[in-house]
Amino acid sequence: MSMTPLTATAGRLTSEGEPLNYLNNGHGLKSWLLTKDHKRIALLYLFSVSFFFIIGGIFALLIRINLLSPEGLFNPDTYNRIFTAHGIIMVFLFLVPAVPAVLGNFLLPIMIGAKDLAFPKINLLSWYCYVVAGIFLTVALIAGGIDTGWTFYTPYSTSYSNSNVLLAGVGIFIAGFSSILTGINFIVTVHTMRAPGMTWFRLPLFIWAHYATALVIMLGTPVLAITLSLMALERVAHVGIFDPAMGGDPVLFQHMFWFYSHPAVYIMVLPAMGVVSELIANLARKNIFGYKFVAMSSLAIAVFGFLVWGHHLFVSTQSIYLGIIFSFLSYAVAIPSAIKVFNWTATLFKGSISYDTPMIYGLGFIGLFLIGGMTGLFVAALGIDVHVTDTYFVIAHFHYVMVGGSLMGFLGGMHLWWGKITGRMYPEYWARAAMVIQFVGFNLTFFPQFILGYLGMPRRYAAYPPEFQVLHVLSTAGATILGLGMLITIIYFIWSLKNGERAPANPWGASGLEWRTSSPPPTENFLETPVVTWEAYEFAPIETMDVLGYPGDPGKPSQPVPAEHGTED
Amino acid sequence: MIHHSLLAMSWMLPEQASSYAPEVDHLYEFLVGTTIFFCVLIFAAILFFFVKYRRRSSDEIPRPIAGSMVLESAWTIIPFIISLFMFAWGAKIYLQEYTIPNDALDIYVVGKQWMWKFQHPEGQREINELHLPVGRKIRFIMATEDVIHSFFIPAFRMKEDIVPGPNRYTTVWAEPTMTGQFHIFCAEYCGTSHSGMIGWVTVMNDRDYQNWLSGGAAEGSMADRGASLFQQLGCITCHRSDAQGQCPRLEGIYGKEQLMSDGQKVVADDSYIRESVLSPLAKIVAGYQPIMPSFQGQVSEEQIQELIAYIKSIGPPETTNATPGTMKGSTKISAPGSNPAAKPPIMTTGGATIVAPQTEKAQPAQLPQQTPGQNQ
Ligand SMILES: [Cu+2]
Ligand SMILES: [Cu+2]
Repeated sequence: MSMTPLTATAGRLTSEGEPLNYLNNGHGLKSWLLTKDHKRIALLYLFSVSFFFIIGGIFALLIRINLLSPEGLFNPDTYNRIFTAHGIIMVFLFLVPAVPAVLGNFLLPIMIGAKDLAFPKINLLSWYCYVVAGIFLTVALIAGGIDTGWTFYTPYSTSYSNSNVLLAGVGIFIAGFSSILTGINFIVTVHTMRAPGMTWFRLPLFIWAHYATALVIMLGTPVLAITLSLMALERVAHVGIFDPAMGGDPVLFQHMFWFYSHPAVYIMVLPAMGVVSELIANLARKNIFGYKFVAMSSLAIAVFGFLVWGHHLFVSTQSIYLGIIFSFLSYAVAIPSAIKVFNWTATLFKGSISYDTPMIYGLGFIGLFLIGGMTGLFVAALGIDVHVTDTYFVIAHFHYVMVGGSLMGFLGGMHLWWGKITGRMYPEYWARAAMVIQFVGFNLTFFPQFILGYLGMPRRYAAYPPEFQVLHVLSTAGATILGLGMLITIIYFIWSLKNGERAPANPWGASGLEWRTSSPPPTENFLETPVVTWEAYEFAPIETMDVLGYPGDPGKPSQPVPAEHGTED
Repeated sequence: MIHHSLLAMSWMLPEQASSYAPEVDHLYEFLVGTTIFFCVLIFAAILFFFVKYRRRSSDEIPRPIAGSMVLESAWTIIPFIISLFMFAWGAKIYLQEYTIPNDALDIYVVGKQWMWKFQHPEGQREINELHLPVGRKIRFIMATEDVIHSFFIPAFRMKEDIVPGPNRYTTVWAEPTMTGQFHIFCAEYCGTSHSGMIGWVTVMNDRDYQNWLSGGAAEGSMADRGASLFQQLGCITCHRSDAQGQCPRLEGIYGKEQLMSDGQKVVADDSYIRESVLSPLAKIVAGYQPIMPSFQGQVSEEQIQELIAYIKSIGPPETTNATPGTMKGSTKISAPGSNPAAKPPIMTTGGATIVAPQTEKAQPAQLPQQTPGQNQ
């Protein structure tokens, strides 16, 4: 079987008589590590992103364990390294790449009817950048850790910290290039490689969201790279940029850092919003209500997202008039998100709503994102932000947005497309149970943190006054439940690779080009170039939808075909 | 004293111990109410659709719905108007929180890894503990010796970063409205013992406060200490009070606009004086040579504050008679039967503010609570 040629051969069979697809078209480590197939690169990303998600999750649990007792279980230096590791890994190695580099990479070309991304080698290079970044950060963690927080505020990071700031900075710098390369690829691909008939307003909203994300990545990430370089310059060569002792300005660092890191919130959440549009539309078999408003709101978020960084500096001695302008703009950026939520809700009206896991994740996203978004209105209100900034209120707020949002979106998408990606279905019962456990655990973890924050509990505290203990213990209990829910998901996903039911081409009766090719798709995605004659989210009886993968695909029945055990491998 | 909130759950709010705390909480409650309203609205709609339009057969294909301009406009415009209201209310409170009143009592704050140091104009020094009188506006004049810290008193709903740099003091104010003990936290991550950089503020009624003030400060008031520093460091040889020195005379400059050699006009406030000590070449007074050496590294933040207190005490022309000598009496201020005439200079020290040149005129109206000591 290792003799199978690497060239794309849709419609042919393997030596075992299995239909040839991107997974069995080439075996061996080399066929994966040197692949230019966007689907295989997506899997490389899936593997590495999941790895770091688990590491970041372990650090999250360590944080919660520390906070079980008011004195803290670890010594402060250890704790400071733990929360920094959690933040850096989750932001730069999980949340930023998760949806675009895995689901975006896999689906974007298929959804627009293309054979691959515009620059397949650059796509592979982007994964290698990610790996190198991961190695740098892992070395930084193992060799003593980083104690600055993921925000690297100066002058602490440049003149005071004795930890591996430089190594971490280089790692994040490289991770930034990984996302820039993905962003370029997405933009060029969407512009130049759409199938005949795939007009801009026939694009799935997943594509619009990824297009907007790619714009943010390309405009924002270079600023992060510059900021980190200047930080390194000051730390190593003592060029005074941010440290006032050398004539620098520490608040300048905050402006530059948040100029990237606020838009980065949208890098993390916009792709997940794109996923949610697919989850809701496909599992309600309903076109998204106000398609153009949802599409344009992604672009509006991408643009406005660059104008609000100053809301992180309301108590940083920034001019109060600047503060007022940034507060106003922050309210403005909330509107496009509200538009999306209302439109998703309206999409359910007179739909045919399935209770399958992807839909439940979609609703979970709306619920958590709504709370995250509404509490964003609290922190955008100047008078309240003065009190709650740098407290657990902010922690709770951004976890609702980024974990509630991005993670729910990512997991929902993984369930919707799991069959497409792996050729196997996940077990529905366990998936629903895991989702409910995660949802309950999530809320129990983070809801008490809103109350803690308003009561005044500052963030990044290794120890705390005893009156906060009850809420901290509740939060830790929630994190344990959340962790258990995640573990269940990881287990049944792995289990399903061998034991799951075989996925038909279109298990959901969904609309969209990715459902018109086999599961898993052939290397070149389609047997013949599709010609799009239908609108986005136009649902038709499943028998009328041609499958463009390979002949004889069991795509017609809407029920999954039972697995034929023993025929694989 | 605890405000009965819309939540009817006061355990979810810290004590409201400052004049603007209730305002912050009102806006908070309004936002909580709005959040609950929208969450219930949307969750109820989702739940209703979820049940009503559940899939009944595996092949059903619902009729597509095009969308609605009316609805889209409604859910764009209504949230926008509501958020404009939130914005304006939040901004109003913010302006209140950061508009420093003229008639405030000054407390000097120094943050360093990992402790809070406080100085009272009367000379008391405290570490990680701060005593304040109730019902008086307090202005915190803050500096850091190392990294960024953030001075946070949740019960006051007050927080402000203290950013290092020779050219700035950070100031923030609050008026404690409730006696008791409240947390002081450092809210900006500052290294190893960030979570140990905490303390207590004790708000006392005025009599207790006066008693407490009379308890300590063997070395005299801040201005006294500043005066002796002014000698020790040799400042006095240049900045001569007879205006015969090579440097500007400092009597009467405090709170007044000064003309710089580049034509710029600068108010001689705390930040300006601090900058002049640490990086004297940043601003040169018109008519003088840039000859002053920097005292960076030679004076601590607290000593700079003492120097400022001294310059303040020889500050506005009306109080130039408040020589260091008279200031000495200040610590006895609250002793019953002490000469009330000794008071004005001290209270001037406390109340004079920098930013507003008309400070002196604001004095008579200030500090209604300062009298109980006399009433006895
Ligand atoms: Cu932001
Ligand atoms: Cu701190």
